[in-house]
Amino acid sequence: MFKFFSSSNIYSLIQKLINFIDSIFFLILIIGLTFALVLSPPDYTQGDSVRIMYVHVPAAWLGLACFSVITLLSVLNFIFKIRNFYFINKSIAPIGLLFTCLAIITGSLWGQPTWGTWWAWDARLTSMLVLMLFYIFYILAFKLLSGEEIIVKVSSIIAIIGSINLPIIKYSVEWWTTLHQPASIKIVGPSNIHSAMLLPLLVMLLVFLLYGALIFLMKYKTEIIRIKKKNLKKI
Amino acid sequence: MLTKKVKKRIIFLTFIFILSVFAVFFILNSLKKNILYFSSPTEIKQKEDIPFGKAMRVGGMVKKGSITINQKNIQFTVTDFENEILVSYSGTVPNLFAEGKGVVAEGKLSDKNFFIASRILAKHDENYMPPEIKEIIKKNAK
Repeated sequence: MFKFFSSSNIYSLIQKLINFIDSIFFLILIIGLTFALVLSPPDYTQGDSVRIMYVHVPAAWLGLACFSVITLLSVLNFIFKIRNFYFINKSIAPIGLLFTCLAIITGSLWGQPTWGTWWAWDARLTSMLVLMLFYIFYILAFKLLSGEEIIVKVSSIIAIIGSINLPIIKYSVEWWTTLHQPASIKIVGPSNIHSAMLLPLLVMLLVFLLYGALIFLMKYKTEIIRIKKKNLKKI
Repeated sequence: MLTKKVKKRIIFLTFIFILSVFAVFFILNSLKKNILYFSSPTEIKQKEDIPFGKAMRVGGMVKKGSITINQKNIQFTVTDFENEILVSYSGTVPNLFAEGKGVVAEGKLSDKNFFIASRILAKHDENYMPPEIKEIIKKNAK
């Protein structure tokens, strides 16, 4: 089964995927931005600053999602030694960090006009900052340590400890009193967000997903080229 | 099916995971009071050892029709629909500060019913809708 993950098989598939995403990305980006910036209505209390949400929420979701994937793959790699997961993780981590930082920065820009402050040490904001720190530690493990075995060991431990933070981020707004509002979109039950705003949000989520996937594939491709180069040198 | 080495690694990771869950749990438990961003009027009323004159935060809804503005300051009642507390503040309030909306006041408690704020933060709720829809909801409510 893991034969599928061998680098030579995957290389041509990656190139096809990159081409495919390239061909549709800008179209969806333009649709998403038109909906988010022009067609969607302003909010009844926030006015136009609600539009920051269309960047903030998908970025935060993907920040969490990337870390979940990293944790899963790290653990699998640590236990079963699937070497490709090492390179996948190495490529995903900076993207997750980017999205997390983006969520924090846009949240801060939104907080100033709505709450009246750039930053508050409430549970949601702080736990998000902790996630960012875990991303940084995780990436530093790859940058500072040498030797794949030790990197896998250290980074997996960082990932598994960091993963405890994920449910804390999700439920921070329910467990404690926070300045941050509770989730508007619920997995079960009706959402508290009007459909005219939900639609652009979902399109923007798709845009972010595609963007993340594109960067990931490019980085992963570079990693594969690097391995091949190394192997060539050995011969 | 699993080799000894694999089993060893699984046990190692599970051990680390459980250990850190416990660690995080105890840390959060001991920080409980500090993680709460604000206290509600009911909590303030019920608590015996409230530090008067110490910086803290009170949060809740701005009671409808309770905002009074005079030249020096602005006064309003924060309610959690069980208990309320009067807040006095001088300065500018954020745009979203309004009657019937969430608010967090930073400042000092002068007694259990009176709070002197040094900063007001507006708390936004999780409802997102266009202004027209809000109008319709308002109409229907009447």
